[in-house]
Amino acid sequence: MSDGGCASRSIAVTVNGSVCRAEAPVRLTLSDFLRQTLHLTGTHLGCEHGVCGACTVLVDGRAMRSCLMLAVQADGHQVTTIEGLAAPDGSLHPLQAAFCRHHGLQCGFCTPGLLTTLVEFLKDCPDPTAAEIREAISGNICRCTGYDSIVAATIEAARALRGDGTTP
Amino acid sequence: MKPPAFLYHDPRSIDEAVALLARLDNARLLAGGQSLMPMLNMRYVLPDHIIDLNRIEALAGVRQIGETLRIGAMTRQRDIAEHPLVRSRLPLMVEALGHVGHRQTRNRGTIGGSLCHLDPAAELVAVAANLDATIEIVGPKGARLLPMAEFALGFMTPAIAPDEMVAAVNLPLPAARHGYAFLEMARRHGDFAIVAVAVVLTLDPAGRIATCAITLGGAAAVPRRMAEAETMLRGAAPDALLFGRAAATARAVDALEDAQVPGWYRRQVAETLIERALATAHRRAVAANGMAS
Amino acid sequence: MTVGGFPQARVLGRDVPRVEDEPLIRGKGRFLDDIALPDMLHAAFLRSPHAHALIRGIDAAAARALPGVAAILTLADLLPCLAETCLKTAMPSPSYRQQLDRPVLADREAVHVGEPIAIALAESRALAEDAAAAVEIDYDPLPVVADCLAALEAGAATAHRGAPSNLVAEMTMGFGDVDRAFEQAPHRFRERLRIHRGGSHSMECRGVVAVPEPVEDRLTVWSSTQMPHAARRLLCDILGLDENRIRVATPDIGGAFGPKLVFYPEEVAVAAAARATGRPVKWVEDRREHFVATAQERDQYWDVELATDADGRILAVRGALVHDHGAWTVRGVNVPQGAMGAMPLAYVVPAYRIGLKVAATNKVPVAPVRGAGQPQGVFAMERLLDAAARGLGLDRAEIRRRNLVPPDRMPYATPLKTRGGIAVTLDSGDYPRCQQMALDGADWSGFPARQAAARAKGRYLGIGLANYVEGTGRGPYEHVSVRIEGSGKIFVATGAAAMGQGTRTMLAQIVAEQLGGDLGRIEVITGDTAAAPLGLGGSNSRQAVMAGSSAHVAARRLRQRVLEIAGQLLEVAPADLEIDGDRVRLKGVAEVSLGLSAIARAAAGQAGFPLPEGGGPGLFAREEVVIDAMTYANGSAVAELEVDIGTGKVTILNLVFAHDCGRALHPRLVEGQLMGGIAHGIGNALYEYMVYDENAQPLTTNLAEYLLVTATEMPPVKILHIESTTPLNPLGIKGVGEAGVIPIGAAVASAVEDALSPWKIKIDRLPLSPVEILALLNAAKARDSL
Repeated sequence: MSDGGCASRSIAVTVNGSVCRAEAPVRLTLSDFLRQTLHLTGTHLGCEHGVCGACTVLVDGRAMRSCLMLAVQADGHQVTTIEGLAAPDGSLHPLQAAFCRHHGLQCGFCTPGLLTTLVEFLKDCPDPTAAEIREAISGNICRCTGYDSIVAATIEAARALRGDGTTP
Repeated sequence: MKPPAFLYHDPRSIDEAVALLARLDNARLLAGGQSLMPMLNMRYVLPDHIIDLNRIEALAGVRQIGETLRIGAMTRQRDIAEHPLVRSRLPLMVEALGHVGHRQTRNRGTIGGSLCHLDPAAELVAVAANLDATIEIVGPKGARLLPMAEFALGFMTPAIAPDEMVAAVNLPLPAARHGYAFLEMARRHGDFAIVAVAVVLTLDPAGRIATCAITLGGAAAVPRRMAEAETMLRGAAPDALLFGRAAATARAVDALEDAQVPGWYRRQVAETLIERALATAHRRAVAANGMAS
Repeated sequence: MTVGGFPQARVLGRDVPRVEDEPLIRGKGRFLDDIALPDMLHAAFLRSPHAHALIRGIDAAAARALPGVAAILTLADLLPCLAETCLKTAMPSPSYRQQLDRPVLADREAVHVGEPIAIALAESRALAEDAAAAVEIDYDPLPVVADCLAALEAGAATAHRGAPSNLVAEMTMGFGDVDRAFEQAPHRFRERLRIHRGGSHSMECRGVVAVPEPVEDRLTVWSSTQMPHAARRLLCDILGLDENRIRVATPDIGGAFGPKLVFYPEEVAVAAAARATGRPVKWVEDRREHFVATAQERDQYWDVELATDADGRILAVRGALVHDHGAWTVRGVNVPQGAMGAMPLAYVVPAYRIGLKVAATNKVPVAPVRGAGQPQGVFAMERLLDAAARGLGLDRAEIRRRNLVPPDRMPYATPLKTRGGIAVTLDSGDYPRCQQMALDGADWSGFPARQAAARAKGRYLGIGLANYVEGTGRGPYEHVSVRIEGSGKIFVATGAAAMGQGTRTMLAQIVAEQLGGDLGRIEVITGDTAAAPLGLGGSNSRQAVMAGSSAHVAARRLRQRVLEIAGQLLEVAPADLEIDGDRVRLKGVAEVSLGLSAIARAAAGQAGFPLPEGGGPGLFAREEVVIDAMTYANGSAVAELEVDIGTGKVTILNLVFAHDCGRALHPRLVEGQLMGGIAHGIGNALYEYMVYDENAQPLTTNLAEYLLVTATEMPPVKILHIESTTPLNPLGIKGVGEAGVIPIGAAVASAVEDALSPWKIKIDRLPLSPVEILALLNAAKARDSL
């Protein structure tokens, strides 16, 4: 049936700074494209209906639920995943380091989505209150930590990113 | 939960999109995807075609034309909330958007998508009704304007023909010194509203209510302007008793029932929220007018 | 955070960095769905849309013809690979009146919405779902059993067509002359309660990858399970294979909380499908499936009475409990039995009797979710105590103070026994002090003034208290082996399973304490039947106690041998040596040292040379410390909250949680477990409700409808610690994985009742929704205006 629509498409998506070219079926979600086509399995699927936030990635710097996007929609755009947060020399992003210090992760399944959400949030709001942090992550469900340690980690990371005080 | 098979189209212009709508059967428009993609993933809808609007730049943007704010259908909810014109002239919308989902939702979700989905509890739908918005609809025969009251035909049913699409929403701006409030009852932060209330009012120099718009969302199939309450308030001297009586008109609303929330609950909470919203809007109006409260 | 109760230790009791974190924080974890193998088939299950129906026929012809579809298999198709067709109930109970073992795939009768009937295998999950959607099944709907009370009425339809009734189990738990105590008691209080708990909803749902290894005709099964050894045994029984032919290994697990310790038809069907097709098969459960196919908890109805003397001292407790078990008996009667066992534990209860009836319904089977019945038992006891306090005009904290088991009676032998017949003896703890800490932390005595001030402004605050005692460290053992290899690196293998709680860090810490203090030199393998010959896995807050004890004893033995050999090689007394990092040194003389590598090689021996004296070859210790008795942890929670009487919404303003889990191996991990448990508890109290309609159709089947607690619903929480060292294990520790959940529902209910006390509203159910609260207020106001 050719009504001009396509069932798959060649796309070029810049992921964590590198251009990735692939043929993507149109119904393939961005999350499955990242996980299966590009083997970047750090982005996780917790619900596939846009509630849990585990699949959150940055698209052109904005936090979005990758389970609610089609891979073909990312053609020509920049995507940042958890795998792209550490520095090129491998040193952890201040958020990643703070999460580890504060026990902000237990099973680690929701963590990548939380980190990408917080990376964007701290750019928009570099000196947040605990209440603002909670609101920012209210679209990310964690079933392990109870969130306190995540909030504490974010406050420390925000300080580090602002350059106030040294990180241990 | 993977989507079913479909053919994909991504037009670059409104004309192209309209032409596709006219030509294709069983097609769905994809805007922000925050409502359609979950339905696709769960296979609640089985379209043969998806028409992706995200590449049509002409569909996004906020412009002031006279005393109206024209917001393109594909404008992201986050961009609306941060737009200087919206922040200075439409704080009601900013307050309402604070309740719409979460960051990730608003980064991608659009005003057009929300209006066309027409969920009874959608905050933007209630705001549009409260402001007497006009919807710009484009079809093969050209563009037409439809008042919001006529746009919301019924439960999740906008008055758009299968070969038409929403291009923009025009929001008449309230007077510069107005009071507003958006309140909702939701189980958790960012959840769908069980009941939502939008209020905009202005005061005359004597401090009486000059204009008043009260909209109840989530209680009925479409947003409900509380006309009886508005009439009661217009020209009246505002006080808690008056707000209480105006709010009590919610008792007559024919409210939605579902497995978890009975109609009486919606009516009762609507009354509570209307009363609170009126108090807040009045307080803000007084402050905006520099009056002693 | 203060250091835990190991002041002399180098790593025990310290907040060492977790060994799990490095890959997880970089997105390099390896969860089940991350496993991708060549030639792998993806599975989707065809599930019953009916709660109860006969399966008349299955037509998969159209489905099989779809692109990318390798096979559609029903029970009949799998028979050649199966030695048995049913999953036998785990932990069958003597209380069973019928045992309902569920089939690998349903073929004649479907008994709950979501029951798997066929497995579709295709080149991708999307194609497998297309295929599953194209299978046509001819159903004959049957009468549905949708409620556990109705299920037990005479003449009720049966959840299973051929079953004599819906009574799955009945038993009585108790001691003492309860009826006489009630006859003579000056005061009696009765509560009829309804408690609903939902599912676990770990962020990662279930999943299995089965990989046939054709060269040796073995099968490797990766499963997101809490109990890999039991899984292997089950698969061996059903597939008719010996244990050495199946390996069950666990990838990283994205949370489990109980339901992943049950075994499921999908695990067997995937394994059988892999053998049938000769290809790796992967199945990943999606969230919607989790609602209809993974074990959950549901409803319990309690009708209970408390008898007290004039001073509020408990004379007896008695009552009846009806428990909704779902459509199959998958795992004993752990949940209701745990509830009944937990009810009296914190208090001196001279006589006790609860009669249990367990009912089958046409819903998903019920198995433990974090807390495993204990929150319900605590809720029942605490509601009774509140009723007694109200009736006798006593402060709610005071009546509890008068009844808490006092510290001078420890160890306190109750007449109760666990399911294994082991005596329930409260080994240690200071319950009154714990309660007082919580009360002080929450400023309980200052609350009446806060409440009055708020009421004057039209705001309704309430405060509530609940105590619990929890059996932890379920025995009888957990396997741990410790080995130092020729490189000097230390390998630990255990039957314990990890599900996010830091099991590997905990074990590395315990071993490092004995062998050099450097966790970076220790690798821990959990949850793999190839690495450990035995294991009982994760449940009942047991792994720190059981695996920790075995690791401690094994590491100590190994340490002794290391120092003995080093002493011989260095010609010094072992007592003068210490292990630091990877070297054994003479204390105070750093130059006199030997690497662990050299000691390991010496222990390995050489042909023709005698081994070091005093022991056999190698540096290897295996240990399964056997402890039958559970060790009892305890805690007290105080919740202060506000009820918005205009909307019924409850906002918790402050939560204080004082608890005692013995000595803390890793204070930050302990707090993390508590905080996480508290989030579950708040969900159980105010948000989580698995709704079914009168046809047992699930209505809450996604996370927008079933409400999990997010960061904005969490209140400020203050956690206070007491450490009572238990004598029951060498480290003096108690379990903590479930503690946070247990008292929260009861404390919140008590606080809501307190907030609404002007209307004399009684709270008799959980969870509490705003709709219910407003309904109670309306009824009370209508009653008052009469």
